[in-house]
Amino acid sequence: MAKLTFKTDSCKGCGLCVDACPKDLLEIAKDKINRKGHHPAQLKEGADASCVGCASCAIMCPDCIITVER
Amino acid sequence: MVVFERPHALLDVPLHYCPGCTHGIVHRLVAECLDELEIEGKTIGIAPVGCSVMAYDYFGCDVIEAAHGRAPAVATGVKRADPSKIVFTYQGDGDLASIGTAETVHAATRNENITVIFINNAIYGMTGGQMAPTSLVGQVTQTSPYGRDPKLCGYPVKICEMLSQLEGPEYLARVTVNNVARVREAKKAIKKAFQNQIDGKGFSLVEVLSACPTNWGKTPKDALKWIDDAMIPYYPLGVYKDRSADQENR
Repeated sequence: MAKLTFKTDSCKGCGLCVDACPKDLLEIAKDKINRKGHHPAQLKEGADASCVGCASCAIMCPDCIITVER
Repeated sequence: MVVFERPHALLDVPLHYCPGCTHGIVHRLVAECLDELEIEGKTIGIAPVGCSVMAYDYFGCDVIEAAHGRAPAVATGVKRADPSKIVFTYQGDGDLASIGTAETVHAATRNENITVIFINNAIYGMTGGQMAPTSLVGQVTQTSPYGRDPKLCGYPVKICEMLSQLEGPEYLARVTVNNVARVREAKKAIKKAFQNQIDGKGFSLVEVLSACPTNWGKTPKDALKWIDDAMIPYYPLGVYKDRSADQENR
């Protein structure tokens, strides 16, 4: 089981991490707005147990907001 | 155990780039290379004019701002003044392939021992999406609303192919960052470009096909796909020159 940490306030909601996740565990939080006014990326509810920490999301993130631990 | 975190050489400030712009990925790759080669403290970057004009705010190393297109000339001066420093330029296509073509070609043919990171997104980003020398035939931009017409504007400039005809340059490669595997490949190329400089081998240029969702009028996802569908057929990926490897194989 891996742990993802998002620096939510720097997220621009581009969704490249969502497309990069091979297990489709990420989503853009349409019900949240960050300090920049974007909908930030987040793990889907209950998905943290499925994340293996491949870091594909973090590799594709243009703003480098994801930290991956495992 | 942390398997991925922000590299030390990429300062912890928000980037000003548009959502989905891959400048951020390339910034990170450069910073990772500075970290891994342990050269952050003795590196001097040269920032261009264009979207990445504020690159000096993002890298932990010292950065000099150059006049439009003149980054390779400034880099030449810095490197010759203090050869113990690692000098890289970070330029877009409106900078390197347009107003700075002369500086680029001559820095390459002199085989200056510098590293050039060239972002090719086939458009002028900062000024609002005008046609660039690298815009593709038929590409709709602000200044080519019916698509680029080669009879009127000529054909897109292929920098890697053009420079590969010169005797001078050490290493020329074209990569892209539109999926995870290619980001890893891009990092290898950028790291080699820095390693070549450390080894004193000479001019190394890495061209990165990059996405500009805002000015292409596409979603970030579609922009990455457009690199595959439109850019790579005209700008094939690969290593165009690797003189040291060529000599070893002879």
